[in-house]
Amino acid sequence: MIKLFKIALRNLIRFKRRTLLTTSLIAIGVLFVLVFIAASSSFSNIIIGQITDSMLGHIQIHKRGYMASIDSLPLTMNLNEKAWKQFRSAAKAIPEIESISPRIKFGGMFSNYMDSTNIRINGVYPDMEIATIPLLLSRVNKGEKAIKKGEILIPELLATGLKVKVGDSVVVIATNKDGSVNGKSFKVGGVIDSVTGPGGRDGYIHIEDAMDILRIDQLEVSEVAIRINDFSKLNKINDQLTEILSENKTKQGKQMFDVRTWEKLSPFYNISKMIDIMTIFIKIMLIAIVLVSIMNVMIMAVYERIREIGTISALGTMPEKILALFLIEGFSLGVVGVIAGNILALLSIFIMNMSEITFNFSRQTGYVLAPELKIGDIIFVSVVVIIMSVFATLQPAIKAAKMEPVDALRHV
Amino acid sequence: MSLISAVDINKVYKSGEIKVPALRSVNFEIESGSFISFIGPSGSGKTTLLNLIGCLDKPTSGRLEVAGESTSDLSRRGAASFRGKNLGFIFQDFNLIPVLTVYENVEYPLLIVQNLPYKERKHRVHSLLEKVGMIAQMNKYPDQISGGQKQRVAVARALVSNPRLVLADEPTANLDSKTAFMVIDIMRQMRDDFGVTFIFSTHDPKIVGEVETLYTLEDGLLVNTSVGKGGRND
Repeated sequence: MIKLFKIALRNLIRFKRRTLLTTSLIAIGVLFVLVFIAASSSFSNIIIGQITDSMLGHIQIHKRGYMASIDSLPLTMNLNEKAWKQFRSAAKAIPEIESISPRIKFGGMFSNYMDSTNIRINGVYPDMEIATIPLLLSRVNKGEKAIKKGEILIPELLATGLKVKVGDSVVVIATNKDGSVNGKSFKVGGVIDSVTGPGGRDGYIHIEDAMDILRIDQLEVSEVAIRINDFSKLNKINDQLTEILSENKTKQGKQMFDVRTWEKLSPFYNISKMIDIMTIFIKIMLIAIVLVSIMNVMIMAVYERIREIGTISALGTMPEKILALFLIEGFSLGVVGVIAGNILALLSIFIMNMSEITFNFSRQTGYVLAPELKIGDIIFVSVVVIIMSVFATLQPAIKAAKMEPVDALRHV
Repeated sequence: MSLISAVDINKVYKSGEIKVPALRSVNFEIESGSFISFIGPSGSGKTTLLNLIGCLDKPTSGRLEVAGESTSDLSRRGAASFRGKNLGFIFQDFNLIPVLTVYENVEYPLLIVQNLPYKERKHRVHSLLEKVGMIAQMNKYPDQISGGQKQRVAVARALVSNPRLVLADEPTANLDSKTAFMVIDIMRQMRDDFGVTFIFSTHDPKIVGEVETLYTLEDGLLVNTSVGKGGRND
């Protein structure tokens, strides 16, 4: 077998230019695919990280039907304290759940005593919210990075529109469940950046202030955000939670709670899926490049060496060895192309990381692209290309192995 | 028992609807250790006959036995195996493998076909390269040596696997007279040293004058068998 490898490699070296062109084509294909995978997954991860770590959390729980009427943030669909305690005990049963944060969400009026506008507010326990949404405070671009009682974090658009500054006194007015209106004055504690997706332009106050405005004595929860410690187990944990909470049924026997991952809560999931589909298409293009280029080269190689095939066949070489000889050539082309492509890809990604390429997404700016190649992606692309190289060689190699020596020797 | 026995051999080539008879009822027997030649004009069937004897092709009808094996009954793999064990080939265009050195070309049948151990391969290749006077060129590639040298390498390659029969199709056609005689001398020497049977197809008078027996073919018919000038040196 080593000798066959030696002959195959020498045959590849014999046609230097053709070998170089073919391996270059494969290497460029591998380079583009790996760089695309690394860059697109970096883009997705950054955006998903932003969405989950600065707003949504990984998983959310609502009362069934709440999401259908989320635009009006109905207080009548809040969950009571008993339900909240149930969630806490369910979360404790799953060790992968890192933290859990209850939120009261409501809509109201925001006034600076001169102008007013509508606002959506999240009432949260600061410690629990920050543990669940660790990037929340990084969105604070003015003021103290904290959620304190009597203070409000307001979205930047609102601060700009109403010309409100940190430290200003403002009023939040809201209608409670019974229909009565109540207001509470706050000091502007900070201004936060908006983020893409639902809840990305909400203000934040302490949950006790929210209960005060809404005149709630006992804790009520509009939604529960959950953070897990292993993002790859997202769906598994979601299923576990769903199963634990499925015991809670309405009088009509329907599920009482909805458990959803971020994927069902953010429109970015569709963009992320689109990127995955594009990646598949790019991989298919790579396979096509490898198939066509190697098949073309190997058909040429067999055609040019018909007399040589006749000679080695006349000398007693078994058909399977002739087959192996050509398959090794195709395999070697694939391996060399893959190695070159991987080196080029790693080099390109290193340069991209050094260059700190930034990009904007929606209203967020200055994200630094940090492409990173996973060993799994390298192995997958490499194995597929090598298999395709051998597969593309199969037809010409079989043709060579099946060639009648008498016809091959007669070939001019 | 003769090495080759041909009984009523016919070979017909088909070209579309047209059937072209290349050999017609050819009968002969060749003894082991012979140094013989099939002669005749182009298209007389010399190469076809050599191809049949060399198990590269099968007769349309008739019975051909080589070294006790009926070549008509051999499968594709069986024929390859038979060639590897019993036959050596020398071609008009030398047909050396261009990516292998002189040494590796001669070693090829022992390594790829017979899978012999390194020491034995080395001993046999060195011994034959010495005999054909190519030991000094053993690390050169075919494109670095002359036509005569290539044919000497081809002779060594044909003999390295200790075959019972060497088939040479127009072996001197691409050589000048001096080189052609030298190559024929080497082949006869090999026959004398190893007892290998040599069969040529040729219309080169240089070979015709050196062989022991001449079989003359015309239009696919074996028309004459005559004794040549050549013979054993012993």
